[in-house]
Amino acid sequence: MKFGILINEGPYQHQASDSAYLFCKAALEKGHEISRVFFYNDGVNNSTKLTEPPQDDRNIVQRWSKMGEEHGVDLVVCVAAALRRGIRDENLAPGFRISGLGQLVEVGIQADRLVVFGD
Amino acid sequence: MSEEGGIKKFMFVNRKAPYGTVYALESLEVVLITAAFDQDVSLAFLDDGVYQLKKGQQTKGIETKNFSPTFRALDGYDIEKLYVEREAMEERGLTEADLLVDVIVLSRVEMGELMEQQDVVLSC
Repeated sequence: MKFGILINEGPYQHQASDSAYLFCKAALEKGHEISRVFFYNDGVNNSTKLTEPPQDDRNIVQRWSKMGEEHGVDLVVCVAAALRRGIRDENLAPGFRISGLGQLVEVGIQADRLVVFGD
Repeated sequence: MSEEGGIKKFMFVNRKAPYGTVYALESLEVVLITAAFDQDVSLAFLDDGVYQLKKGQQTKGIETKNFSPTFRALDGYDIEKLYVEREAMEERGLTEADLLVDVIVLSRVEMGELMEQQDVVLSC
């Protein structure tokens, strides 16, 4: 099955990004496809390379980058939501790209399921 | 699923008050883009989300943009299916007369049935 993923919450503050990551990992292990992960609202904060968690904690941003690199998962950050929150190309972690909301609608149309993670 | 010609049923579920958090405003932006993709769009208002449609909003005091006029412009984007949950409205002492646009009022059960018919449900 082809999944689209929407993440509406920032890292660490909220479990949404963790749950989405674990969902994607499990889906990939089962042979499903993750067509795109779209980051919206405070979810855009999952994409900044300036994130530096304590050493004994998980690195949420790097984890997404690694999944993007290893499985070719398209990690898209909403431009309007990003600019509002100080996320720009200069501080984007590897594997993420900034684009428009049309990318969310597109994956909603093309994927078999769009799964929303947020409040 | 209704995928004839790439058209899907998108439902936007609004559960939060219009101000206090950015969810309502940013959800409305997705609604407009989805309509631009010629999709079958409907909006549902439950819980505190019904306050998004309350008439007479004045946001000057909190220095926040009053985006409620956008709801009145939705029919210009061919978005005419606005559903409000009766229980949510009544629990808050509101009636249809308090709302700034025409809506279809559904019971909680009917709302659930409508959600079941959607292809994509975006909630916030």
